[in-house]
Amino acid sequence: MILTKEQQAILQGEKGETLAKVMKTLVMYGDAFEAEKLVPITSKYNHLVTSFGLKVMSPVYDLMQQLLDADVSSEQKFSVDPRPLDKNVPANFLQNLVFNKFMYTKQDFYEGQLDKLGLIDKNAFTCTCYMDEVGNKPKKGDVLSWAESSAVVYANSVLGARCNRNSGIIDIMGSIVGFVPYFGLLTDEGRKATWVVKIQTTKKPEAQLLGSAIGMKVMEDVPYIVGLDKWIGNELNDSTCAYLKDFGAATASNGAVGLYHIENLTPEAVELGENLIAEGAKEYVIDDAELERVNNNYPVIWKNPDAKPKLCFVGCPHLSLEQLKDWTLKLEAELKKNGKKKVTVNTVFTAAPGVLETFEKTEYAARLKATGVITSYICPLMYMYNPLCKKMPVITSSNKLRTYTSARYYTDAEILETITGGRN
Amino acid sequence: MKQFKGRVVTPGEVTAEAVVTKEGFNTLASLQMALQFGDKEVKCGDQSNKELYGKPLINKALCLPQTIGSTTGGLVLYCACSMEKNPACMLFANHIDSLAAAGAVLADVWVDGVTMPVIDGLGDEFLSYVKDGMKITVKADGIVEVE
Repeated sequence: MILTKEQQAILQGEKGETLAKVMKTLVMYGDAFEAEKLVPITSKYNHLVTSFGLKVMSPVYDLMQQLLDADVSSEQKFSVDPRPLDKNVPANFLQNLVFNKFMYTKQDFYEGQLDKLGLIDKNAFTCTCYMDEVGNKPKKGDVLSWAESSAVVYANSVLGARCNRNSGIIDIMGSIVGFVPYFGLLTDEGRKATWVVKIQTTKKPEAQLLGSAIGMKVMEDVPYIVGLDKWIGNELNDSTCAYLKDFGAATASNGAVGLYHIENLTPEAVELGENLIAEGAKEYVIDDAELERVNNNYPVIWKNPDAKPKLCFVGCPHLSLEQLKDWTLKLEAELKKNGKKKVTVNTVFTAAPGVLETFEKTEYAARLKATGVITSYICPLMYMYNPLCKKMPVITSSNKLRTYTSARYYTDAEILETITGGRN
Repeated sequence: MKQFKGRVVTPGEVTAEAVVTKEGFNTLASLQMALQFGDKEVKCGDQSNKELYGKPLINKALCLPQTIGSTTGGLVLYCACSMEKNPACMLFANHIDSLAAAGAVLADVWVDGVTMPVIDGLGDEFLSYVKDGMKITVKADGIVEVE
């Protein structure tokens, strides 16, 4: 890697040992990918994945403290993934004991560190930082140092920004030095598709199921998806962006996708079309049978596979304002149809604090509350890490949550039916 | 005994018993429960990985194509090394991915006294050949011996 004189000086310790180690980390990281240089970060804000003060992650907080003690924090402020806890989310006495006394014991301490390192504000805790209500929305071509797989894939694919799948800690280190190594998804070559995915379904594919299938097939490669615009349109409106948010999260968690192109829809695909497809790209055809196969192959790790669900999470990644409104309408209709007033399973919808604040000002908030659904800002994954929650039969519309926890995945329609008492 | 040549991502020499997956290794799903709840064997917690689920990973030569999943994966690996609950080495058939690279580099730069050699580019033949339980020796120059 060729460094500028300034970068070289930092590496050699002229600005202190800690900053030298930060630079060494980024250089070694870049060297692993034959990066020839470091390039400046251009986005207004960063986004960090580590939002939780989990006792086992103490080495992370120790490292953060080294950065703070050496006064090497950056000028670039950041948003961060969701908080782990909210007293409004149902949890029994023992579950709460584990949360508060054994798991997230360093939450306040870590949030203090985040504040000092450059957190935008106390509400900047969401995986969907790019929502208008949150305001961390990079421009096309912006170079980022983000982490959070669902946010990276959204920023790259839907917004046309440029970011590698950075790990936690690497995210903040990029901000500190102001540069990231130039490789992979920052480069034109790295953004070319080595898979062509042909959608041949007879109906609109479920976003997180489709994402899961594609993620598991292509792993970290870039797919160029043909035939999806037929179902979701060729305009990046609220509804389509919400679909892509969920789709991308599934590709990134079930596989390792950092960028996808959707013909006639996503910005680079609209601009470059099939020129984005690399020579020798592999093909993957997805029809109804393939989606069914993928869905049927998810492992069910409930002790009793026929158990009645005790909790339902919707919103991993966090829901958009439109999704909250849409779910309110669907719930009202389905509850009425089934002769119910409230949901029959404890159900939590999660969204960004900023989105929830805006939602609260609409007529839909009271209507959703009347259905018995609880809204929260937490990360459902953080909740499910609790071993006492792991034992509970929990259902979800998130394939990301399914991947990391014991929660069982169902489509939106199946979830709707189940929580409104229409499905045994 | 067969030899494979790869690229050194983080240096070191070690001999360990192989544990093998041909699927993407989901670092967060595999390690987080074991680290969180003090599992001394660091048994793989990823129920989607039928090859590794439930198998001890600590001090093993983890042989894999690449890692997948959450971008917390890198820092989970870093924490595993900090807690000395890491695999003995990580041997990638493919080019290392960005999350594993981050974890390996963070451990190499910021953790004193723990070495976890990471070699990539060992090839598909390596992953086809190596089986659970085989003796793996990693040399400083990226040579991996499999017995």
